[in-house]
Amino acid sequence: MPDPTPPPRHAVPAIIRVEGLSKTYDSGFSALQDVHLDIEEGEIFALLGPNGAGKTTLISTICGLVRPTGGRILADGYDVQRDFRAARARIGLVPQELTTDAFETVYNTVRFSRGLFGKARNDAHIEKVLRDLSLWDKRRSRILELSGGMKRRLMIAKALSHEPRILFLDEPTAGVDVELRRDMWEMVRGLRAGGVTIILTTHYIEEAEEMADRIGVINDGRIVLVDEKRALMRKLGQKELRLHLQAPLTALPEALDSGALALSEDGMELIYRFDAQQEHTGIAPLLRQLDAHGIDFKDLHTRESSLEEIFVQLVREGRA
Amino acid sequence: MNWRAVAAIYRFEMARTARTLLQSVASPVLSTTLYFVVFGTAIGSRIGVIDGVEYGAFIVPGLIMLSMLTESISNASFGIYFPRFSGTIYEVLSAPISALEIVLGYVGAAATKSLILGTLILVTARFFVDYQIAHPVVMASFLILTATTFSLLGFIIGIWADGFEKLQIVPLMVVMPLTFLGGTFYSISMLPPFWQTVTLFNPVVYLVSGFRWSFTGTADVAVGLSLGMTLFFMLLCLVTIYWIFRTGYRLKP
Ligand SMILES: Nc1ncnc2c1ncn2[C@@H]1O[C@H](COP(=O)(O)OP(=O)(O)O)[C@@H](O)[C@H]1O
Ligand SMILES: [Mg+2]
Repeated sequence: MPDPTPPPRHAVPAIIRVEGLSKTYDSGFSALQDVHLDIEEGEIFALLGPNGAGKTTLISTICGLVRPTGGRILADGYDVQRDFRAARARIGLVPQELTTDAFETVYNTVRFSRGLFGKARNDAHIEKVLRDLSLWDKRRSRILELSGGMKRRLMIAKALSHEPRILFLDEPTAGVDVELRRDMWEMVRGLRAGGVTIILTTHYIEEAEEMADRIGVINDGRIVLVDEKRALMRKLGQKELRLHLQAPLTALPEALDSGALALSEDGMELIYRFDAQQEHTGIAPLLRQLDAHGIDFKDLHTRESSLEEIFVQLVREGRA
Repeated sequence: MNWRAVAAIYRFEMARTARTLLQSVASPVLSTTLYFVVFGTAIGSRIGVIDGVEYGAFIVPGLIMLSMLTESISNASFGIYFPRFSGTIYEVLSAPISALEIVLGYVGAAATKSLILGTLILVTARFFVDYQIAHPVVMASFLILTATTFSLLGFIIGIWADGFEKLQIVPLMVVMPLTFLGGTFYSISMLPPFWQTVTLFNPVVYLVSGFRWSFTGTADVAVGLSLGMTLFFMLLCLVTIYWIFRTGYRLKP
């Protein structure tokens, strides 16, 4: 007899499972609508969306800072509301806003965080975290003496002080200069190598592209799409062929005006969009047709569309 | 119970006190000393004896209550208001801690400060007047009960307030008048009968009266009633705080 149960969707059970989550603020604004999301253990997941999409609301609801109006969230199998202790003990949060005490010392504030999460004192661990984040030399400084970049690292140190298995980074590189951003990415990769699952939000596409294993796109409180970064690029990745003409054209010949082909404004370039994954890209017929119409070109190059373009396209589709 | 979290909050709050020692301890002690000099020594010598007690000794319990009420409220309200204001509250709210543990940490620390303060004033008063403590155990109980109850009230105010003015308005506009009119500097029996009745609606009357009884053995209202009213007020605060955490009022949108 065949086994009636379908195979599991994922070989690895989700470490965060969001089921039908919705959030309507007291103002009546609906910030999340029926969100379903599975985060796999050990991955870097980027939640990508424009400002106001609901990224912070989603993270805050998972971490217990915002009360959901519907749905359910499991962290490592624990309901974040019913079993909040077990769930929250596994989660570290670095919020979007830089919020720190001013008069405490770096060391004390990190130790405070660890205590808050119910972990026994462990000076060696705190030293390691502070060293990893280049804050060890500043451990006796009062927080108000730190620079903005240091404060952000301090907030990460606080989140890591209690050895979370899941780390949320809400816009970790917003307003951070390029060099620090690279450091941050390095650090995140290091954490993942140590087995920590990382969920980060960003509205920088390059960041998602650079960091993530999987990407979820959120817009207007809805998850528009979730996929492996590579698959996403492949699925939606369009290529563009640009042909530099010998002589300018005033208009496309009618026979070529199929929609896939466009003429640049100065009339010197033909732009052809095609799907690189497809077997028949249509390039060969195009070139034959150009030849037939007597259109000569002196140069050509191709370009892959970036996540940015994919994103714009997705958001446009989501709205339609 | 996450006792480590309670301890972390408690230690954090006490460290804040230590940093602002002058403001949190020295200034109330100084102002109380001034009260003793002005009311106890200068004016008191002309008032004489109330309920069989020298005026200087008579006002000791009232003054301690006055300081403890205002300090409990301001310590506790500031303690929770500030992290809300600065945003650092996110960490407490996302930690594996229950409402009870949060309250124990913040209110426990504020109440401890008040108790230290009350004790300091008691000791300071000794330099000016020669008071007796007729019922030390009851006195200590009243001290603890008052420190706790009004720290709970302060906690509520610190969550309710959405600006620094509101943080000060309750202690200044409500608690201060009620305390002054609550028999701190006089015996209720000195008032005309009508005002004696009106006064009975002032909760501070019960506190001061009961506390004074533990010193002198005489009271404006029965000690049992004082104790009962204080406990009732404490219960009211606890119910309010329970409601705050149940609904996420001003803590979780
Ligand atoms: N406390 C709140 N009350 C009402 N609306 C809110 C509140 N917090 C956020 N919002 C609204 O919810 C939407 C999503 O916000 P947010 O989750 O912060 O977006 P993102 O992090 O993606 O920029 C925004 O339109 C924002 O104005
Ligand atoms: Mg945000």
